Amino acid sequence: MAEMWINMGPQHPMTHGLWNLRVKVDGETIVDAEPVVGYLHRGWEKLVENRMYPQIIPLSDRLCYGASMSWSHLYCLTIEELMDVEVPERAEYIRVIVLELQRIASHLMWLAAFGTDLGLLTGFVYAMRERELFLDLLQSVSGARMTYNYMRIGGVRNDLPPNFERDCLRTLDYFEKKLDEYEQIYDGSDIFLMRTQDIGYLKPADAINLGVTGPTLRGSGVKIDIRKHDPYSVYEELDWEICTHPDCDCYARYRVRMDEMRMSCQIIREAFKKMPDGPVRVKVPRHAPKRTAFARVEDPRGEGLMYVIGDGTDKPFRLKVRSPIFVTVSAVPIMLRGYKVADVPAIMGSVDMCLGETDR
Amino acid sequence: MNTTASQETSGLTEEAIVDVVRRAFPEGVTIGGVAPRRIFARADRAIIYKLCEFLKNQLRFEHVSCVTGVDRIDRFQVVYHLSSYENRCVLEITVDIPRDDPEIDSVSPLWGGANWHERETYDMFGIRFKNHPRLERIFLPEDTQFFPFRKDFKLGRQ
Repeated sequence: MAEMWINMGPQHPMTHGLWNLRVKVDGETIVDAEPVVGYLHRGWEKLVENRMYPQIIPLSDRLCYGASMSWSHLYCLTIEELMDVEVPERAEYIRVIVLELQRIASHLMWLAAFGTDLGLLTGFVYAMRERELFLDLLQSVSGARMTYNYMRIGGVRNDLPPNFERDCLRTLDYFEKKLDEYEQIYDGSDIFLMRTQDIGYLKPADAINLGVTGPTLRGSGVKIDIRKHDPYSVYEELDWEICTHPDCDCYARYRVRMDEMRMSCQIIREAFKKMPDGPVRVKVPRHAPKRTAFARVEDPRGEGLMYVIGDGTDKPFRLKVRSPIFVTVSAVPIMLRGYKVADVPAIMGSVDMCLGETDR
Repeated sequence: MNTTASQETSGLTEEAIVDVVRRAFPEGVTIGGVAPRRIFARADRAIIYKLCEFLKNQLRFEHVSCVTGVDRIDRFQVVYHLSSYENRCVLEITVDIPRDDPEIDSVSPLWGGANWHERETYDMFGIRFKNHPRLERIFLPEDTQFFPFRKDFKLGRQ
């Protein structure tokens, strides 16, 4: 049969955003694939060259609508590195708590989307319902549901609200019971298992060479997590484990994210126990020195890195964002080759696309 | 990897890596500084491919975090962030290239992860990467006549 190219996107239920996947098919089998991105390119890195350092924090929230806390944190971390700012310990613990709440919320949004991709509409509604609890918690801290503007260079904007610890621990207790319920829904569904197991195979060696990071890399059995590997904030003082799965397929990536949500609950509980009293923010200089700096974090989707050049003024000379999904999506042709067209939603869903950070 | 992993891993320390690089490349590489889990270096553009090949094969820098361009107005720079899972270390290499001849060897044949980063750098700065498998624009349309991240491309408020 003749081979042909098909456009899946830019408007397609599988894309979860605005991008295009060109697949070359021979009958139903995928021979080759080519992701086309750039529909959401806003020139973020050029835009911020016109803004003062504190003005960029709300902009960095908009890099990824699913995990905005983690991007504004990465931005503040980079500028603290550039300006040599020491963050108070209480602020570091607050950061860890809100980052892990954000990780759970982001993974829940992924779980919901993955459910709709594979026909598990119950899973979608359940995951979205519990995500709302975490958004409520983050809202009580920051005042906003999704784009928080909560991180500050040198700390966080405000201390935790009264009774936050009680509300948060209550939510975690409730949520951990619900996680068991999700596992019953997802793992108990034969259709889900058939559509994810042995689909989208990605060898560990390929994953490393292609620069894949985050749950996709750990789903290939590679035990790498920047929170352990290159620890920032206070992750070094907390007791937790990296979640991996050896199967290298879509199901493994699902398992890694489910385990990570449990691990995040554990991290938050411990952080509350160890959190000291004290200030949550320090004063920082307005002008950055003439030097460069970079920082990297484990975003819910993988390795985020920012590289900044200060030129002595109050605006960055250059700010580069390394987005995890930008690199991961360049590796999807390897995952797709040899599978059927009907497997595309499962494979692309397991990557957890976010176009805001991909195109910037 | 648990909390004692730093003692357990057989990885090299930052100083040991610097030593090996200095011995293998007596000319062309300048080490700018060493910090915990960080090495900063500058390299000549002529040796960048050889240097990266050495780093990948001998020192186990198996992951490219980032490749990016910078417009320093009098020259361009390409900045590499290579990371080693084994040695738990990130190496930052800055390479100066002249503005009138913006060309450098591609490292995509070594690491597939550098492919799109180099395409993006070409798209935004017009820096050409020799031996890149497919050096085309990635974000902007194919017929765009300018390179927007260069400093001489002004936005309205600049």
